[in-house]
Amino acid sequence: MERDDLIVNDSYSVMANHDEAHGKDIRKKIWKVTAILSIITIIEVGLGIMVKQGTDLWPFVKWGFILMTLVKAGYIVAIFMHLGDERKSFRNVILIPYAIFIVYLIAICLQESTVLNGIWDTFRP
Amino acid sequence: MAGEATKAIDKSVLWGGGRSPFSVSYGKMMMWFFLVSDALTFSGLLVAYGYARHSYTGQWPIGEEVFHSLPFLHGNYPLIYVALMTFILIISSVTMVLAVEAGHRMDKKGVTKWLAWTIVGGFFFLGSQAWEWSHFIHGSAGYIVTESNEKLWLVEEIPHGMTAADVEGFALTPEYKKSDESQFIKGSEALSLYASRLDHVQGANMQINEYGPPSYANFFFFITGFHGFHVFSGVIINIIVFLGVIKGTYHKRGHYEMVEKTGLYWHFVDLVWVFVFTFFYLV
Repeated sequence: MERDDLIVNDSYSVMANHDEAHGKDIRKKIWKVTAILSIITIIEVGLGIMVKQGTDLWPFVKWGFILMTLVKAGYIVAIFMHLGDERKSFRNVILIPYAIFIVYLIAICLQESTVLNGIWDTFRP
Repeated sequence: MAGEATKAIDKSVLWGGGRSPFSVSYGKMMMWFFLVSDALTFSGLLVAYGYARHSYTGQWPIGEEVFHSLPFLHGNYPLIYVALMTFILIISSVTMVLAVEAGHRMDKKGVTKWLAWTIVGGFFFLGSQAWEWSHFIHGSAGYIVTESNEKLWLVEEIPHGMTAADVEGFALTPEYKKSDESQFIKGSEALSLYASRLDHVQGANMQINEYGPPSYANFFFFITGFHGFHVFSGVIINIIVFLGVIKGTYHKRGHYEMVEKTGLYWHFVDLVWVFVFTFFYLV
């Protein structure tokens, strides 16, 4: 079995102190991500104001919102929370159990609420 | 990766058993585990909100119609205020990650500066949320329930200390937020309907609200309240760590991992808001 208490270069976070030059690169990356997050938020608000709910365009915009949210979440988790820099096995330990449970929860709640909606619609006076 | 590992981890950060699973320190891993459980809680709340909304057959309130005001300004600014709150939180997340970066360079001054800005951002967000809640609870013009149990919305708010008769051009409308003038009930008819009302619903509480079904306000209070509580505790934790930074506790330790761990929590709070913003205000 591969030993996991050994580190490659400076990959272990506590000891991963870096020098000024390396810090400059990291800061550049941070500002880039900031720009991406801001632009996505501006697009979201703009679309939210322009496209009214119930129009033909709305379903696309709605799924666009969800997609953009997931992109934002990905950047925050991978770059700001440094999960992208952790070991792959650790990433999986964090993300996979969560994803399995939540996808299941979303699926079952969508199914149930659709049925419930249909029942209430049927028996509405 | 086999064979690449050459350098042993410093003894001081190994776990009790002398190993360090996933090359992550104990504290950081436990913070991640806590965040996963907290993420499950928030996901549960948001999915419950989606469930309520999806199974509701009537009209569910639309975010941009409910949240369209700015402090000190009159007029219609849909979503601008929430967008502002989102920016405040994103920026405070950025200053936090800059504090973590400065920590990796053992730059005490940098950590102090960026962490201070993060705390300021946190307070700004909390203040914004307080205003948002206050505005949501007090509401605007509201609607009346007529004797025949119909809902009629007031076109204009009755100013404090005035009665309906004092309002120039007092009118009622059967549709929420619709400015179709031909539908308006005006003049003495509107006044007599208002006088014989069973109830005048303004703003929101746990039983009834002017925006939509009661569960809408309940979800608003619970989800944004629970998130606000997280922001509040995050600010407190940041302040405690900030004091440690000033005292030089972490500098003496040789690493600023404590800033990184509180940073994880703070980013998580931002992450949750990204989802609340989408599912409560946009979609």
